[in-house]
Amino acid sequence: MKIVDAARTNADPDLSDPDAQDAGSWDVEADDDRLTILVRGHWDLRMALRADAELRETDLGGAARGVIDLTAVSMLDTMAALVVMRLARRIEATGATVELRVADSAHRSLLEQVEQAQIPPPPRRRMNALTERVARVGKWAVLMATDTRDLLAFFGELCVVLLRIVRHPRRLRFVSMVANMQAVGLNAVPIVGLLSFLIGVVLAYQGADQLRRFGAEVFTVNLLTISVLREIGILMTAIIIAGRSGSSFTAQIGTMKINQEVDAMRTMGLDPMEVLVVPRVLALALTLPLLGFYSDIMGLLGGALMCRLNLGINFDAFLNQMNQVLAIYDTSLWVGLAKAPVFAVVIALVGCFHGLEVSGSAESVGQRTTISVVQAIFIVIVLDAIFSIVFSALQI
Amino acid sequence: MSAASDDDIIIRVRGLTTRFGSQTIHENLDLDVRRGEVIGIVGGSGTGKSVLLKEIIGLMQPTEGKIEVLGQDVTADPEGRDIDLRQRWGVLFQEGALFSSLTLQQNVEVPMRELSDIPESLMEETARVKIAMVGLPPDSAVKFPSELSGGMKKRAGLARALALDPELLFLDEPTAGLDPIAAAKFDELIKHLRESLGLTVVMITHDLDSLYAICDRIAVLVDKRAKVGRLEELLADDHPWIREYFHGPRGRAAAAGKTA
Repeated sequence: MKIVDAARTNADPDLSDPDAQDAGSWDVEADDDRLTILVRGHWDLRMALRADAELRETDLGGAARGVIDLTAVSMLDTMAALVVMRLARRIEATGATVELRVADSAHRSLLEQVEQAQIPPPPRRRMNALTERVARVGKWAVLMATDTRDLLAFFGELCVVLLRIVRHPRRLRFVSMVANMQAVGLNAVPIVGLLSFLIGVVLAYQGADQLRRFGAEVFTVNLLTISVLREIGILMTAIIIAGRSGSSFTAQIGTMKINQEVDAMRTMGLDPMEVLVVPRVLALALTLPLLGFYSDIMGLLGGALMCRLNLGINFDAFLNQMNQVLAIYDTSLWVGLAKAPVFAVVIALVGCFHGLEVSGSAESVGQRTTISVVQAIFIVIVLDAIFSIVFSALQI
Repeated sequence: MSAASDDDIIIRVRGLTTRFGSQTIHENLDLDVRRGEVIGIVGGSGTGKSVLLKEIIGLMQPTEGKIEVLGQDVTADPEGRDIDLRQRWGVLFQEGALFSSLTLQQNVEVPMRELSDIPESLMEETARVKIAMVGLPPDSAVKFPSELSGGMKKRAGLARALALDPELLFLDEPTAGLDPIAAAKFDELIKHLRESLGLTVVMITHDLDSLYAICDRIAVLVDKRAKVGRLEELLADDHPWIREYFHGPRGRAAAAGKTA
């Protein structure tokens, strides 16, 4: 393919009025050994699209020499140049030599650039569907394994830093911890209270419905007390906080990571573990038991209200029955609350870990936040199951 | 300035006033940009260079005044405005502002996708041409922005800004953060693109070398207005800030580099 300079020619005389000249057009002239395509006028995107569609159907075969004459073109944009190049390439593919005649140096340079950019796209490795699926599962498994290992290493690092802080209590970022306690604890009071109250209502309602068939309505109180204190209260709180604060830890720290704030800290000799992670972990470890206790109370209140409305058990009778239950199962409250600090550490740890794992882009923040919440809730529920088994084995 | 005919003026800013609360950034500012020129906007920090740019491209509303771009009033109600305008200009933001979830190729295709009827293969090829035009290697097309260096991100942002062959190109500090060699290459690139694509370029810059190398005229934002002129005219200006800007140590070094 050759690009040659030629003298500028004017468009056809009948295109001399300015309106008509503005539009682009083309003509194909073919004789035995020569195919000439005359391109005229204003060639922009729209024109290029039309020409591309129509020229595709034009028969180009036969001639030994192809000439594309662009000397009457008044305007040529990149897509139009591409379409011209495609045309030239198709003529070349029939075995003909191709000559592009241009009058304008800007058009020439555009065509040259378009020609140079014709490097084939980097080969995309295609796997068949099955291997691709297997590969995806494999990648996922490896990622899970390394993630778990890194999370454990992170927990170890946290323990080391915590020990260091115990020995040098001045290293604790007290202000940051209190600020986090407000954000994750105090500010979560309304939502935790409301949801726990509603769960209490639902539990009492469903329990009462079933127990009434045996004439054992009053045991609704037993059901409610034991399940709320041992399991529901703290589990609900942990799940709400994982969604509310675990995600915010990941997003906050992740954004700081992208902004290079974390790198800045490291260069100043500040340990992100000490500055970012420890205050959050401690704040949550201190506030989650309180929130759990509060959730217990709200859950029982919701249940008491339902018992009053549905079963006619008044408030005094409810408390009385509750006391009798707790006299036998006297560890219930502590069994529930003992789990709170463990869940708190898990939520904060997973949230901070994924925040620090963020790399590169805004998309990574989103991905890591999702993983962080799912993983935190997953681990919390698994641990809760383990706790149940251990407590029942210990007969607590 | 009066020599330019009406047709040649591609951006016309008249009586522009911008206030944030009690703080006045621009007061009765006038500015004309002529077709085919490269105009540099300079000024100290806080003089409203970026604000002016945002007002011209319609991201921000001025307090008072009128701005016409390509004959259309951008301060008017956007409802009545021709959407075509956005296909006729390209903007390069300071850090490139590439979409981080898309590859470079997909980033360049975004403006084209807005015009729904372009066939996929043509879009792909055009993106490839644009990527080559700004001097990026072909294999960078499949990379994500986070895998590109700062200079490459700017070039990629430029490729996206050029996707629809705009007549008008806005650059916000195109050479900031680039090493001198990369900055000089970027200047060359702009110069080359302007010649081959017939662009009009409006650039905010602090880079004195860029001003010497590629700007036809310079608008200096001082005293809440724009003082526009050719480099020689501004060199002779006796406003204290302009004097310090062009005759300070860096200004002299840039001038020496130009004449050497």
